[in-house]
Amino acid sequence: MNQKELQAGACDSPVTHSVTLDTEKCKGCTTCIKHCPTEAIRVRNSRAVIENARCIDCGECIRVCSYKAKKATYDKLEDFSSYRYKIALPAPALYGQFDELTETDCLLTALLECGFDEVFEVASAAELVSEYTRKYIEDNPDAPRPIISSACPVIVRLIGVRYPLLCDHILPVLSPMEIAARIARSEAVKKHPELSDSDICVLFISPCPAKVSYVRSPIGTPESAVTGVLSIGDFYFKLRSKMREIKEPSVQARSGIIGISWASSGGEASALFNDKYLAADGIENVIKVLDEIDNGNIRNIEFVELNACSGGCVGGVLNIENPYIAKARIQTLRKYLPVSLNRMDKNPFSEYEFESEINCDYVVKLSDDRHEAMRKMALIEELSGQLPQLDCGSCGAPTCRALAEDIVNGRASKDDCVIIIKEKLAEYYRKNSSAFKGKETVKKDDAESGGKV
Amino acid sequence: MADCVRLRYVIDGENFTSAGEASVKVKRSLRQMGFSPEVIRKVSVAMYEGEINMVIHARGGVATVDVYEDRIVIVLEDEGPGIPDIPLAMQAGYSTAPDNIRSLGFGAGMGLPNMKKYTDDMKIESVVGKGTTITMTVNV
Repeated sequence: MNQKELQAGACDSPVTHSVTLDTEKCKGCTTCIKHCPTEAIRVRNSRAVIENARCIDCGECIRVCSYKAKKATYDKLEDFSSYRYKIALPAPALYGQFDELTETDCLLTALLECGFDEVFEVASAAELVSEYTRKYIEDNPDAPRPIISSACPVIVRLIGVRYPLLCDHILPVLSPMEIAARIARSEAVKKHPELSDSDICVLFISPCPAKVSYVRSPIGTPESAVTGVLSIGDFYFKLRSKMREIKEPSVQARSGIIGISWASSGGEASALFNDKYLAADGIENVIKVLDEIDNGNIRNIEFVELNACSGGCVGGVLNIENPYIAKARIQTLRKYLPVSLNRMDKNPFSEYEFESEINCDYVVKLSDDRHEAMRKMALIEELSGQLPQLDCGSCGAPTCRALAEDIVNGRASKDDCVIIIKEKLAEYYRKNSSAFKGKETVKKDDAESGGKV
Repeated sequence: MADCVRLRYVIDGENFTSAGEASVKVKRSLRQMGFSPEVIRKVSVAMYEGEINMVIHARGGVATVDVYEDRIVIVLEDEGPGIPDIPLAMQAGYSTAPDNIRSLGFGAGMGLPNMKKYTDDMKIESVVGKGTTITMTVNV
């Protein structure tokens, strides 16, 4: 990482996020604070600052920044040269990036030739998750409905931060990436008994930076089997040229229509063979759906698939291709494929259920002490009434309400509001107008005398 | 220390598409004060039903939520047509909602019964032609 790039909001939470800020490029405009779905960003001293505890790694700030000051961090293949055995885990979204691709064998072979010892498709693990989900819905009629997919880490964190009531709706199964990493590791050890687990590194070829944060602080397990997260964009050109050279692919794809379809929104849900599902994508739409579920307004729906990115995983910021073009290519690619190539009977599924609780922390809580929280809320209500309600963002907070909260939490002052400070200045000027006049005369005299000399 | 935090919302009766927004704001504020999910759910359901009622029947009104440490008191005041027969209105399934509202899934006649079900105490004061005031208490 470049020295100028500072880890945003360095030290207020144990979770390390995947968004960094190039402080030289940041102009301190208010675009990112306005688009952040959890109000995690403030502009302080003309630079954006991210509050780690609230950041859910959705990447919206990266997408909307006009100055390209927000960047995703991810690993590079070179960082892992010390490992004896490297396994690539391509995300299903990778398959949608290339225009002349007619089957995936060639792409997987090209990936292997980029410096890996083994390739394991996340799409195959996704087929296991689909089968698990079908069984879970059937076996757990009493689990709160709708069941919400746990595949997108941004959604799980969003629920933890904003919708703690919905935590028990989350499907308690590890993500396809995590399951793929575990299977790939155990297969590698079986195939090469000379290797120990510490010799192996498992690298996810990712469409999204949220997976970087996932590996650092995993969901549903204390430790991830994935070693690092690389960007699809970093491999794009290399893969393109290598694919052209391949005459005879050495890798055979092990996933069918279901697995590959996970790349775009609706793919996961349609694999349930149950028409009582809903699939929403794009963080704003997702928030609307979660609000409706939270209000109890979504009935007769068994399963909800939510993707933070528009279009689903193909919309992740580390992809090269437009999400809708990528989606169309995947539709073509999956034609003539078997429905699914992976079955649960080979893999006992209890191994892949959540091993640890989801972190549902009320980061919005004003204080752990009720007295104190109520005192703060009373102050926030009072302050909100005094602020102009323009939500202009000039103070560095996204809304007047957010500024009131910041003031009460000791992170801002009322004078940060440009309207209030303008009124104060006008008032001061009115009261002291005689003094200003006097000063102006003095200045004039000075200038005149200066001119004479 | 504040003994009571007052939250006040003007419910816009002209705009049906914004009905339910005050309930979302109350929920957010209660979360910030650290109330339990059960309490928040009760208050937000009661508040939501009341808000919808005010928009459908009374062209809006005012919702005041007084938050105490041991209880939350919701007062919904409107200047609508009033309720002529309160026991009848309280019956599950009884509704006077117009058809255009029913197409959105409202008007099932569960508004008042749900408000009673989700709160620990509910009082209705209504004068035909003048308006209705509903006071609901959720114990913490």
